[in-house]
Amino acid sequence: MESRNTNSSVFRNLDWFTVVVYVLLVLAGAVSIYAASYDFDNASILSFDEFSGKQLRWIGLSFVAGFVIMLIDFRVYEAYAYPIYIVLILLLIVTIFVAPDIKGSRSWLVMGPMSLQPAEFAKFATALALAKLFSSYNFVLNSKASNYAKALLIIFLPVVLILAQKETGSALAYMALFFVLYREGMSGLVLTAALCMVVFFVTTVKYTETMVFGIPSGELAVFFMIEALTVALIWIYCKLPSVAQILLLWFLGTGVLAWVLGLFGIEVPGLIYFLSAIGIGLVYCLINCMRHPARPILLTVAAAVFAVGFLFSVNKVFNDVLQPHQQMRIKVSLGIEDDLRGAGYNVNQSKIAIGSGGVTGKGFLNGTQTKLKYVPEQHTDFIFCTIGEEEGFLGSTAVLLLFLILILRVLSIAERQPTTFGRVYAYCVASYFIFHLAINIGMVIGLCPVIGIPLPFFSYGGSSLWGFTFLLFIMLRIDASRREHLSY
Amino acid sequence: MRKDYKLEKRKYVIGGFIVLIVLIYIVRLFNLQVMDSRYKEFADSNAFMRKTLYPSRGMIRDRNDQLVVYNQPAYDVMLIPRNVVEFDTADFCRTLEITREQFDKRMRDMKDKRLNPGYSAYTPQKFITQISAQDYGRLAEKLYRFPGFFIQQRILRQYTRPVAANVLGNIREVSQKEIDKDEYYNRGDYCGDLGVEKSYENYLRGVKGVEILMRDAYGRIQGKYENGAFDQAPVSGLDLKLSLDIDLQEYGEKLMANKIGAIVAIEPSTGEILAMVSSPTYDPRLLVGRDRGKNYAELKNDFYNRLFDRALMGAYPPGSTFKPSQGLILRQEDIITLNTAFPCYHGFISGGLRVGCHGHASPITLKPALQTSCNAFFCWGLKAMLDGKRAKYGSVADAFETWKLHLVSLGYGYKLGVDLPTEGRGFIPNAKFYNKIYGENHWSANTIISIAIGQGEILATPLQIANLCATIANRGWFITPHVVKEIQDTVMPAALLEKRYPTIDRQHFEDVAEGMRMAVTGGTCRLAALKDIEVCGKTGTAQNPHGKDHSAFIGFAPYNDPKIAICVYVENAGFGATYGVPIGSLMMEKYLTGQISPERQYLEDRMLNSNTIISSGVKKH
Repeated sequence: MESRNTNSSVFRNLDWFTVVVYVLLVLAGAVSIYAASYDFDNASILSFDEFSGKQLRWIGLSFVAGFVIMLIDFRVYEAYAYPIYIVLILLLIVTIFVAPDIKGSRSWLVMGPMSLQPAEFAKFATALALAKLFSSYNFVLNSKASNYAKALLIIFLPVVLILAQKETGSALAYMALFFVLYREGMSGLVLTAALCMVVFFVTTVKYTETMVFGIPSGELAVFFMIEALTVALIWIYCKLPSVAQILLLWFLGTGVLAWVLGLFGIEVPGLIYFLSAIGIGLVYCLINCMRHPARPILLTVAAAVFAVGFLFSVNKVFNDVLQPHQQMRIKVSLGIEDDLRGAGYNVNQSKIAIGSGGVTGKGFLNGTQTKLKYVPEQHTDFIFCTIGEEEGFLGSTAVLLLFLILILRVLSIAERQPTTFGRVYAYCVASYFIFHLAINIGMVIGLCPVIGIPLPFFSYGGSSLWGFTFLLFIMLRIDASRREHLSY
Repeated sequence: MRKDYKLEKRKYVIGGFIVLIVLIYIVRLFNLQVMDSRYKEFADSNAFMRKTLYPSRGMIRDRNDQLVVYNQPAYDVMLIPRNVVEFDTADFCRTLEITREQFDKRMRDMKDKRLNPGYSAYTPQKFITQISAQDYGRLAEKLYRFPGFFIQQRILRQYTRPVAANVLGNIREVSQKEIDKDEYYNRGDYCGDLGVEKSYENYLRGVKGVEILMRDAYGRIQGKYENGAFDQAPVSGLDLKLSLDIDLQEYGEKLMANKIGAIVAIEPSTGEILAMVSSPTYDPRLLVGRDRGKNYAELKNDFYNRLFDRALMGAYPPGSTFKPSQGLILRQEDIITLNTAFPCYHGFISGGLRVGCHGHASPITLKPALQTSCNAFFCWGLKAMLDGKRAKYGSVADAFETWKLHLVSLGYGYKLGVDLPTEGRGFIPNAKFYNKIYGENHWSANTIISIAIGQGEILATPLQIANLCATIANRGWFITPHVVKEIQDTVMPAALLEKRYPTIDRQHFEDVAEGMRMAVTGGTCRLAALKDIEVCGKTGTAQNPHGKDHSAFIGFAPYNDPKIAICVYVENAGFGATYGVPIGSLMMEKYLTGQISPERQYLEDRMLNSNTIISSGVKKH
């Protein structure tokens, strides 16, 4: 190994583009926090009692941390991936027991004047462990079921512990790692199925008011979606176009028949009609098993049956299993209810703040909604409101695009990694960013239910900033040495 | 190094996913921030507290520029319940000089949805209204100790004299109905009630100003927005100049003390009402301030119904004051000439019917009939018109309709359109009315003969009777009577300036005026005669089902250049000459000469000191 791993070569090979985007985001975040916590009476940017002052200190420290990460040999992260993961898992366990109760959550480790959230640091540890697992010798995700089990264990261990700390939002962020599994070979059908479940869920829960054929219009729409999906699976997945066409004709024919009968005033009982339409269709598919490869057809039929079962359980699960406040959050984000004094208050106020920004915004420190503290959590989870109000459509779009650039850059860095470890790790980084960006902004602009997760680099708090800095800079450190692998 | 190119393509799925999400979010942001303007309005109503600055209400003067109604500041203690934190209740009560019990009761009442339907913990609520300036001073000093409480300045009306309550009206808090109807009003605002305060509300109230304050999510005021650059100063209401002569009004109210009835005095050439007395009346100051509610309830249930404006709303049989109008119609319709004489043997006797009369020469013509107030003449006249002119009118009913239309043109039977909110229309029957009672063609002049002398079904308001008098004084036209002479910086509505011409020729008015002049010089109204002023008059004595006859008088003066036309109506006071004539002539004398001559002083004393309530239909005292 003749390559001298000098600092100069690390900094020469460092992806400075990402660093610049990172610095831009962090500084924009600092400015936003200053604006969000700006007080008319007390305007001192350097006062450490103020959020912005504290955050500036955190930012300075995170730059130092980024520099230190650069100085450490890249092999350390791979070599110590599991120990780091285990230490963080232990920290999470300890946290459950020693953390004080802050607003119902037990996720903060208080050490003197500082308090840290181990859940934020467990992110990069989990990414390291997952990358280590995938880089182990001859590891192919799809080759053995036990490989899935190991990967899921690494992901779900922190999830369970963080859920125990009552930090649902942070725990959900680990679900983003399914993107990594997908990239590494997990069937696309899993993500498709997840997407279908979300769509079915939203449609069923949202459109319960109007009744068609005696069943809610949402459920009716999902019925049609299930029929369409079954046809698509038979056609594309089972590669049986002729069967799919007959199935399609059958579904269309029965649909039109029910509609025409309806026109003549004959009410077709919706439930019986659809169960028989889908049932007969599926039986027809099963008959084809005799002449064609049975496995894909059986899987398709199973998926369709599962989907119908899911459909019937959605409303029950929604009403009986979810907590009332969770139901309310979902209803608010789906626009079913406007609970403006309760669950909808945050989202409504944040929409008002953002909406009042206009094209160019009200100008730095001129936002009335955020200044006058209408938006709760405005310097943490709802920090994007300040940008929306003061910098307007242009400013908030710029921030979104900056994040998009960062994520796409991370994806391209991931794909240029010579090692599986580097690639998987970088994909983990991208996935976390995707999830946080999509959920946080989606919640602030009222497109997602309120899930309390921070906007990376913007939301106030050292743990989140440090967690994401570690995550990003370890990736940059590994990337900076990518050429050294080629010299093996 | 193993590379799976099939799997590598999945980076496009993941990359595409986040690109799609960001695109959706940008579209959403575009909708929220650029397309939808509602959020800006929400933001404003959120962060800006628009504090209303109340304008000063227009002042009211009389025709001689004497101040009648002006403003006085008052202070309401308000609170926003949600913003109230724990405070020293004892100190608060001491400051406002109320007891703990009163404090608790006030809080309970405020939160009681039945007593205060507009209650909300988030909006300003009234705690105590109209505290004194001293209480205000003490509270203002300590207000910082009671978060959530604030003081709202109000304007109260004050009156220079306790007169003309029925004309002036008063102000009160707006009702929910008014808030719904007029977006100017908000809960707790004041508006005019009754009188010119109500009918000229839109001029008097001015334009509210606004002060834009910034308010945080807890409702705390954070200062003025942009240092008040967007504030709007209130615009004061417009002053009114009444046509009333407040001295004459006061004199009229004094003369009417202890009597039930009304006086309306009009300047004939302008239609301006010089005095409008409704008796018994009340002190307008009763309806100001904290006791308004209590006093209003008392007045509302008052035995004499003081809030009822008899001058405008009272529907009285006009009695003999109706005769001039009869003379006008009979002449216009050519039923009589000036020389037509009807017999009067102490009354009108026809078909077993008898309407009594008093002693005077017989037969008699129009002018002497007016002079002596002969009942028989007008009965015969009406009979001649209704029964004797079949060829001209066709039927009794058609003749009657002609008669009615003349009266309507003289201002009877319908509202005149005075600039006050409540006006009665009196009652003039039409043919249909009698058809209903007696059946078609089953009635004739004899059936309804009492209407010829202003009895029977005929009812008129004192304002209508006074207006008839003004029309005669003008010899054939009138201007809609009104109480406001000028509105500051504003042109008076045309309807209050235009002459209205009844369907009767000028010459006939001249004749009737002459008859009324004769009544003063040598007839029923001799008491009305004034030195150096040619007064015209007509008495009225109206029978009524409530007791003693009503005493009425109409008159105008001077004969050739009338400055004042008047109607006096005193309930249950007997002959027109006993109360109506003296009061009416005293009013005219006071207005025209500014004083009462010594030889008429006895008349004034008698009127000021007499009490006719005791003989009124209202028997309980």
